[in-house]
Amino acid sequence: MSLNIIVLAKQVPDTRNVGKDAMKEDGTINRAALPAIFNPEDLNALEQALRLKDGHPGSTVTLLTMGLPRAAEIVREAIYRGADCGIVLTDRALGGADTLATSYSLAQAVKKHGNYDLILGGRQAIDGDTAQVGPQIAEKLGLPQVTYAEEILEIKDGKVIVKRRLEHGVETVCAPMPCVVTVNGSAAECRPRNAKRVMKFKRAASPSELAKLPENVVSMVNANPELQIAEWGAAFVEADPEQIGLAGSPTKVKTVENVVFTAKESLCLENNDEQIENLIKDLIANHTIG
Amino acid sequence: MSPIINHYHKMADNNNLIVYCEYDDGRVADVSLELLTKGRVLADRLGVKLEALVIGDKLEGIEKQIFPYGADVVYKVEDAKLYPYTSNPHAAILINLFKEIKPQICLMGATCIGRDLGPRVSSCLHSGLTADCTSLEIGDHKDPKTGKEYTELLYQIRPAFGGNIVATIVNPECRPQMATVREGVMKKEIFDANHTGEVINLEANKYTDPADFCVEIIDRHIEKSKVNIKNSPIIVAGGYGVGSKENFQLLFDLAETLGAEVGASRAAVDAGFIEHERQIGQTGVTVRPKLYIACGISGQIQHIAGMQESSIILSINNDPNAPINAIADYVITGNMEDIVPKLIKYYKKNSK
Repeated sequence: MSLNIIVLAKQVPDTRNVGKDAMKEDGTINRAALPAIFNPEDLNALEQALRLKDGHPGSTVTLLTMGLPRAAEIVREAIYRGADCGIVLTDRALGGADTLATSYSLAQAVKKHGNYDLILGGRQAIDGDTAQVGPQIAEKLGLPQVTYAEEILEIKDGKVIVKRRLEHGVETVCAPMPCVVTVNGSAAECRPRNAKRVMKFKRAASPSELAKLPENVVSMVNANPELQIAEWGAAFVEADPEQIGLAGSPTKVKTVENVVFTAKESLCLENNDEQIENLIKDLIANHTIG
Repeated sequence: MSPIINHYHKMADNNNLIVYCEYDDGRVADVSLELLTKGRVLADRLGVKLEALVIGDKLEGIEKQIFPYGADVVYKVEDAKLYPYTSNPHAAILINLFKEIKPQICLMGATCIGRDLGPRVSSCLHSGLTADCTSLEIGDHKDPKTGKEYTELLYQIRPAFGGNIVATIVNPECRPQMATVREGVMKKEIFDANHTGEVINLEANKYTDPADFCVEIIDRHIEKSKVNIKNSPIIVAGGYGVGSKENFQLLFDLAETLGAEVGASRAAVDAGFIEHERQIGQTGVTVRPKLYIACGISGQIQHIAGMQESSIILSINNDPNAPINAIADYVITGNMEDIVPKLIKYYKKNSK
């Protein structure tokens, strides 16, 4: 059977490579100093989707992301790697959302898209590490969820069989479709860009991007639906204004601090044999080691 | 004997604090006992009861493990089909029970189970959930926009943004206020070995629907973890500065010499130098060893949150201004590939 798969992905600041200039003096984040990347575990999820597409001819993979208009960059990246098309859910009204308001907004977009057998996403995004949006979308759509997936083993009789990687072992579960599956970083790495697809889709663009492009490119994209990255707003997905953005977020950030740890009086040692031997002797003498 | 009440009686809006307790192999999970310990302190501060909820199979006598940690009430939902854990049935029980008893706070472990269950419950109840808290406190809050004042909210404190800042989160309007906490973050302490309370047995079928049992576990291999950094008195931890998987072998050599375990920062795990099981910090394990040797670790908040209570910290780093040096007792500035072999050499020379 062919499958319609939606992959949820997020464009995130690369918090793994935070330099000294990542924080401003006032303790806020210097976003300009951080490159925006495809959230790593969402790439693992994309790979699982592309494998299903390989094994089930006629399947489609649609990337859905919520964020700033520039998130069209990760849609293009997904298309280069094998996804068919993508949607950027973007709207000022969606800004400031916590995980609950985010999952509501994305669930509305999934409903608007309709026609899905599987919804895949990364376990969590590296800028929040909450792992909450996947299960919350499942709940909002009334679907079962399979979290911590390492491999989708099989699709059989309208069910998906998934290997999960847990703290202390593995579990294989069988869930009816449609369902939401969130994929671990321990899953197979995503395939690289395909050179032919890069050539074919390098002009793919969203309406926000087209607005800044020359007329000849715009008419070329307009003439070719394959190159059109959809851009949806809150009203288009019929989101209730009370449930989105800051207003729809039950959690509020009370304070954000750049924490300064109480400094201890450190003993600075030279990197020489005598001082290192004395340190070892001290640690043995006070029964810390030995 | 504790009084056993075999049904769901008088469950009005109780405003209490409830801990979802994980249970496997006849034992309540450490993380749940740690949360009960913290929960007791918070419940006393609020003047409410501490409640525990256990869902599973073969729960006979389970309350005896829970009451000593200060629980006043233990809800038990016992049914063979509730073990092993699957998302929907457990979520349905929490959702339906919380609608009845309306707790003000719900705490759960930030485990594979808690992180699967919490969001589903919070989504349905539209209550805020904060993941991986490193500290929980009770305090007041004034909304900066509306000026509305709230008293005695749960402060959910956690490093955020990859561990570079610490945020205090509150849920002013929605209940329950939900938070997950990793194992080892809170301390587990017996409140009173003779403390006892009320046991309330709940009927699984009243709280779940047959359709909730739609995900089937085909196969399950649970192994005890071979890595035990949590209880190791000495930890040799490596960061991104270690540079490679091969260089980590040096840390294993030092650990073997000292009888220590090897840990790592998130950056080292993300770089693929070492397995996730050894990650120390907010999104890994929290440790309190006698000696913590940090090699090539710069000291992001998210890492320091998981090791700052170590008795003695030795930092080995190329960068004399690495943030971790500020909390270290001993600092050696230099190349770890140089220094670690010297530590091994002089330990061997000086130990008996």
